[in-house]
Amino acid sequence: MEILDLLLAGFAEAATPQNLLMMVLGCVIGLFVGAMPGLGSVNGVAILLPITFLVPPNAAIIFLAAVYYGAMYGGAISSVMLGIPGASTAVATVFDGRPLAMQGKADYALVAAAVGSFIGGTISVILFTLFAPPLAEFALKFGPAEEFALMMLAFATFVGLGGDDIPKTLFSICIGLVLAAVGLDEISGQPRLIFGDITGFYHGINFLVLAIGIYGIGEMLWTLEITRGDVQVSQAAFGLHRIVDAFKQLKDSILTIISSSFLGYFVGILPAAGATPASLMAYGLAKSLSNTPEEFGKGKLSGVAAPETANNAASTGSMLPMLTLGIPGSPTTAILLGGMIIWGLRPGPLLFENHPDFVWGLIGSLYLANFFTVIINIAFIPAFVAVLRLPFTILAPVIFVLCIVGGYAPTQDMHDVWLILLFGVVGYLMRKLDYPVAPAVLAIVLGPLAERAFRQTLVGERGDVTVFIERPLSATFLVLAVILTIVPIVKMARIRARQRRAAEASGGS
Amino acid sequence: MNVRTAELLMAIIMGVFSVYLMWKSAELEIGWVPREGPGGGAWPFWLSAGMLICCAATLFRWFRRSTPQSRSSERFMDRKTWQIFAITAGSLAVTLALVHVIGMYFALILFLLFYLRVVGAHSWKVVVPISVLLPVTAFFFFEGLLKIILPKGYSEPLFYPLYRLIY
Repeated sequence: MEILDLLLAGFAEAATPQNLLMMVLGCVIGLFVGAMPGLGSVNGVAILLPITFLVPPNAAIIFLAAVYYGAMYGGAISSVMLGIPGASTAVATVFDGRPLAMQGKADYALVAAAVGSFIGGTISVILFTLFAPPLAEFALKFGPAEEFALMMLAFATFVGLGGDDIPKTLFSICIGLVLAAVGLDEISGQPRLIFGDITGFYHGINFLVLAIGIYGIGEMLWTLEITRGDVQVSQAAFGLHRIVDAFKQLKDSILTIISSSFLGYFVGILPAAGATPASLMAYGLAKSLSNTPEEFGKGKLSGVAAPETANNAASTGSMLPMLTLGIPGSPTTAILLGGMIIWGLRPGPLLFENHPDFVWGLIGSLYLANFFTVIINIAFIPAFVAVLRLPFTILAPVIFVLCIVGGYAPTQDMHDVWLILLFGVVGYLMRKLDYPVAPAVLAIVLGPLAERAFRQTLVGERGDVTVFIERPLSATFLVLAVILTIVPIVKMARIRARQRRAAEASGGS
Repeated sequence: MNVRTAELLMAIIMGVFSVYLMWKSAELEIGWVPREGPGGGAWPFWLSAGMLICCAATLFRWFRRSTPQSRSSERFMDRKTWQIFAITAGSLAVTLALVHVIGMYFALILFLLFYLRVVGAHSWKVVVPISVLLPVTAFFFFEGLLKIILPKGYSEPLFYPLYRLIY
């Protein structure tokens, strides 16, 4: 009952005129951001975060969460209409969405995506409401040692579950943590890593500088390279009777949608996993459980509904560890977490006790945002398709301008804008060589918190490092982190050994 | 330059950068302070050492040709990609440099005019409204609503009438 009361209070908070307005605005902007090829929730949230300083934190987080949500819906639009995923989270949507568009059934695909997203979002936000309070209560037992160990576990999941090149993933984590250490050492107060004695480094490197650099400038460079500024939009017919027919055809996909919702939610909770693997796994699951797997990839509605359901469910799932434990479940929630720290709110279990209006207002807004987004999405599909016809050579410079002014706003120092450009260019070049960038963003957000937790623990224990393995929870997290890091390395070595043996055997014969 | 060479160069550059970070971190205590724990430089020092080890691992894998990048003989950037990259990054750098001289708003107008007209080859009917409206909106949003003053450089006197309007 207590949860219900809190949830009702959350609805009341989310439904205040200012919050409601920000939510609807966030949904619309999110839909547009998601619909643009190359732009996803993470880009939208990173670029738009500086402009939320205009409103109070409650309204700002509701706006950004709505952008996150809307972008998850919107990603399907470019996957279907252009055959280019709006973001990596909508890659699996292309598999069947594009063939449907080529058959003149783009509207069917978009309705399947919207309905799947709505059901996935609703189921996951209900699960979120049920899981969040007990998890936050459990997390109240955490001291700095457990916090540090949990952050190590979050980083380890990137190695164990990220699926990227292991040395490059570890490099990305380490460089993010080192960049977070620039500025003044919190304990001794001494200047640290002040490159070339440039005064701009004294205030440290704000996580937004790296996030806007990578997800604003770097992503635009990447998309300009891929699209060459030119995209082909599919023709689509839209009409009420066709939309009603699409709803009828979706009846066959309902089980797929429900199973994808649960899968997406639980995969979304894992820090390194998030919406992209969730959508790919949901697609695979839907195909393997289908009676007609051979139809997948040729334009099957379930093939669109499954990944779209899962990526929405995962986006809500990724907020669970962010709010309850202070560990972001995705790059987007990492940026949200950084934003909350700027607003003076420390995500974690105490947030539920100290700022229930903020937490439950956000949860209430997720329910409402889900509802508004599906309506706006279906009603304005033709408008979003029209926006896709906007040449990328118009969109890109507009985004660059937003990056420059948005990058300047938080610290009001041109030094940071230069760093944004540097990180954007280097991030783009590194991405071309398959260095994963998400771990670096997570690391720069968590870096100061991790170092503080680590050193606080040691100062409290007079330098005794065994405290991390003496405390049961901390030890459990660290053991899991070690396992997650070592297993893929061992696996890689075994595959290599097997390949060598096979090569020797074929050479010998 | 092919992808294999680019992989090698990136690992070397990042390796050298890691060593620089280690050296820079050592300006503070990197050892163990008795009864306190690690010194102020230890955290970034050992993380930079971690970066160096990762670069060494990437180099080792490059020699053994065990990553897709270390086996690829494709061009790292074809001519068209290089052109897009150089024009975009170059024009952004020039814009930022201009911010220090003529201020944010005029630098952004010039950037938009250049990018939309020269790179995008759009008509003046598209170029001029976007180039003017976007910085003007930014002005009223940042200076009027957020009270965040963006740099004006030598163009500051031109804004005095607008200041009277918004303050």
